[in-house]
Amino acid sequence: MAAGAEALQRTPLHDRHVAAGARLVPFAGWEMPVQYAGIRAEHDAVRRHAGVFDVSHMGEIETTGPDAEAFLQRILSNDVAKLADGGAQYSVLCLQDGGVLDDLFSYRLGDRFLTVTNASNHASDLAWFRKHAEGFDVALTDRLHDLAMLAVQGPQAREIVEGVTEGELPKRFKTATLTVAGVEDVLVCGTGYTGEDGVELIIPAAGAPAVWDAVVAAGAAPAGLGARDTLRLEVCFHLYGNDLMTTRGPIEAGLGWCCKEDTSFVGADAVRAVREAGPAEKLVPFAVTGTGIARQGNPVVGGGEVTSGTMSPSLGYAIGMAYLPAERAVPGTPIEIDVRGKTRTAEVRSKPLYSKEN
Amino acid sequence: MAASYPDDLKYHADHDWARVDGDSATLGITWYAQEQLGEVVFFDPPAVGTTLTKDQPYAEIESVKAVSDVVAPLSGEITEVNEGLSDSPENVNEDPYGDGWMVKIRLSDVSEVDDLMDASTYEGSLS
Repeated sequence: MAAGAEALQRTPLHDRHVAAGARLVPFAGWEMPVQYAGIRAEHDAVRRHAGVFDVSHMGEIETTGPDAEAFLQRILSNDVAKLADGGAQYSVLCLQDGGVLDDLFSYRLGDRFLTVTNASNHASDLAWFRKHAEGFDVALTDRLHDLAMLAVQGPQAREIVEGVTEGELPKRFKTATLTVAGVEDVLVCGTGYTGEDGVELIIPAAGAPAVWDAVVAAGAAPAGLGARDTLRLEVCFHLYGNDLMTTRGPIEAGLGWCCKEDTSFVGADAVRAVREAGPAEKLVPFAVTGTGIARQGNPVVGGGEVTSGTMSPSLGYAIGMAYLPAERAVPGTPIEIDVRGKTRTAEVRSKPLYSKEN
Repeated sequence: MAASYPDDLKYHADHDWARVDGDSATLGITWYAQEQLGEVVFFDPPAVGTTLTKDQPYAEIESVKAVSDVVAPLSGEITEVNEGLSDSPENVNEDPYGDGWMVKIRLSDVSEVDDLMDASTYEGSLS
């Protein structure tokens, strides 16, 4: 056990991970499974069958009260008024200058909202919510420790979850509160982070082991954060801390589609200015065309930097995302990346890097 | 695949092995090292003729998640590199003491071999 490991938080599924032979690593203050059988095997399981990820380190903030919608409209970039009851909506949280504080999914559940935060940002998000709540009649509740979260993803994921659920699963970007594996009040969300069909389950913490056991018994392969990262990068989903940061805005990141400046969210003026002038740089996917693997932090020759990079298990070549000067952020453009002193050749591609038709 | 540490090899604390034959040696990484790395997806060999210095990195090996240095257990000059790892880096996982070898070197100081561990000492150091 590494020094300081005793300070790490554990999810309600820690015993299950140990029993499944997980390699546990520190991640954003949590002791999390990075892999079980191996990243490639878990990645393939999700693409071909189904995998289950423990993402209980992700946080949840509940917003209630008469001004709940108006408050979230003020801080979230998307148009919260368009979020239907039982629906899911992606948005970013911006600084006044337009820099990205976090990217999050929010769910409207009757008269309350649940917003899912990234583990590394949960405390700062909560502080940001509280700071901006002044003047709004809202109550904010930190649900991080009350709720566990599992993602069941893959072409067979719905079938697996359906088999242990009373009631009908929600469609994509919808939610339903159902009994799963005998556990009541599970929020089943038609969302995910892998490019595959599937659901995410937000579960009262004590019920998480029963749900995990049921979906594993039904054929979902335990999958770790390693495979979660390769799966999301193949379909070009952003990872906060890699592809999103406070020093760049949502337009640069290609997230202008979830920014509705007319709602006057915090940072809207800065986002509008970049949208109108055109961003100086843009986040683009790339494929390495020669040998080597570009990684986060590698500079692009002539300007720009790699923010995510890995060997793609599904494609068989190295891929990544990079911020490039806008004039070069065009699919087909050849680029060179300085990988620890060696020049590696790559080409700008379009999103997603991987799709079922490949 | 079970852990193994063949008796005919010498071991370095940075989890490298050397198969010494007179004034030359074949180098690679141990079963423990490949297990810690996970699936190897890229090995970038140095050029033939490169000089290796004992205890210093001489190559990079990459798993899906991360890049790691490969440390030289002995000093010398590279006479051959394992070109087969370009197409089949997984050989490092599947056969770390056979097809997963990395480079062959001509030793510059044969006495350095005495600093390396035998198999039982190395295996004991892992627990």
